[in-house]
Amino acid sequence: MAENLYLYAVARIRSREQALLSASFLQQLISAPDYEACLNMLREKGWGEKESDDPDRMFAAEREKTWDLMRELLGDVSVFDVFLYGNDFHNLKVAIKECRSRKRIPDLYMDQGCVPVEVIRKAADTGEFDVLPERMQGPAAEARRVFLQTGNGQLCDLILDKAALEAVYGAGKQSGNEFLALYGELTAACADIKIAVRGAAAGKDRDFLMKALAACDSVRTDELADAAAEGREAVAEYLERTDYHEGADALRQSLSAFERWCDDLIMKKIRPQLYNAFGLGPLAAYILARENEIKSVRMILAGKRSGLQEETVRERIRETYV
Amino acid sequence: MENMGVMLALLGAVLAALVAGIGSAIGVGMAGEAAAGVVTEDPSKFSKVLILQLLPGTQGIYGLLVGFITLTQIGIMGGSADISVVKGLLYLVACLPMAFVGYKSAIRQARASVSSISLVAKKPDQFGKAMIFPSMVETYAILALLISILAIFGISGLSV
Repeated sequence: MAENLYLYAVARIRSREQALLSASFLQQLISAPDYEACLNMLREKGWGEKESDDPDRMFAAEREKTWDLMRELLGDVSVFDVFLYGNDFHNLKVAIKECRSRKRIPDLYMDQGCVPVEVIRKAADTGEFDVLPERMQGPAAEARRVFLQTGNGQLCDLILDKAALEAVYGAGKQSGNEFLALYGELTAACADIKIAVRGAAAGKDRDFLMKALAACDSVRTDELADAAAEGREAVAEYLERTDYHEGADALRQSLSAFERWCDDLIMKKIRPQLYNAFGLGPLAAYILARENEIKSVRMILAGKRSGLQEETVRERIRETYV
Repeated sequence: MENMGVMLALLGAVLAALVAGIGSAIGVGMAGEAAAGVVTEDPSKFSKVLILQLLPGTQGIYGLLVGFITLTQIGIMGGSADISVVKGLLYLVACLPMAFVGYKSAIRQARASVSSISLVAKKPDQFGKAMIFPSMVETYAILALLISILAIFGISGLSV
């Protein structure tokens, strides 16, 4: 049975899960007196590199540790490419913007991706996208053409963001893995709802929204676009008729509250993997849990740097996996 | 065809050892992979996970025992190996519970062991409870062993 292929890997992940940041540790981090104290607490937990205090480098190092572990356990990590599609499309956006402005902006690229940054850069420079995976070729060519002709960065981002969501959703469905399919569905649905709310706030019309929303099973894009064209309250009312009805109150509160609700929903959905000793699910859940804790630590550090109230930071912190 | 009785009985003995042994080999292998994963991260848990790994190995031993008893009863290990076809068939049937229940229970017990190894990885102080879950599966392997042994000893007294 395929699920028996990962017995060793899952057992190692079970041990590693003990080192994930718990909710109580995040609370201590929030209560730390200052930014430096936070960094020290994270260093004691083994986060980051010894010689650097730069949080971005620390987060990049933590991501690299996760992917190094997966490469060590599985050899070929292409089964988890679905988690990296977003980074590839992000890098493509940066590369297309670079080729118009003729300025290099290396800091904006993300290291973890399925396609090397240099390949994406070269493709965007030359306009020859056949070196990219099929899922990226069409949207890349269209986004480049639109951006070079009109200079409309928003439209370029819209094309690539939609393509990224469709790629994640499609890869999840095609994987044949229940967990990855769920991830693809939740990612696409939550992103659609956020796009609809932002579109409603910016007064975007239905046609624009239909171009931006990616199809998925749990949200009907036409109904969502209709609701968004009417306003945020209509989106919340639409949500009440879907599987995401519990998020309607968060949406009425604020977009950031809804974003937190979406992240917490993913954590809730993956938590059963803590008790599963077989298959790919626990490994995939570990990757998401690591991403989630990086997101929470980033918020806490940003809060400490900008002197935000502890309570404000606490409200934004995501649920933890363990 | 005069040795058909012995052949059938021997087939039963071989199946008990072979099928239950295959189940145990798969089971111990599965639990061993999980155990190695835990020890890679924390070598101090070696003794705990080793015990959990060994649990699915008992079915192979039971299969060997049933096979050995059958061989001694039919005279292959010494004495006369002259038994009727009916008796040989009865020995074959008597060995089947151990063969099939042994195979299936070893694999199911291995899954329980793998889950318990995960439990020990996170909560080593719960080792006692972790042992109980796979041990429950052992009950059915023991029941199959009992029925096979009782049947084998019962058949030897029959005049068929």
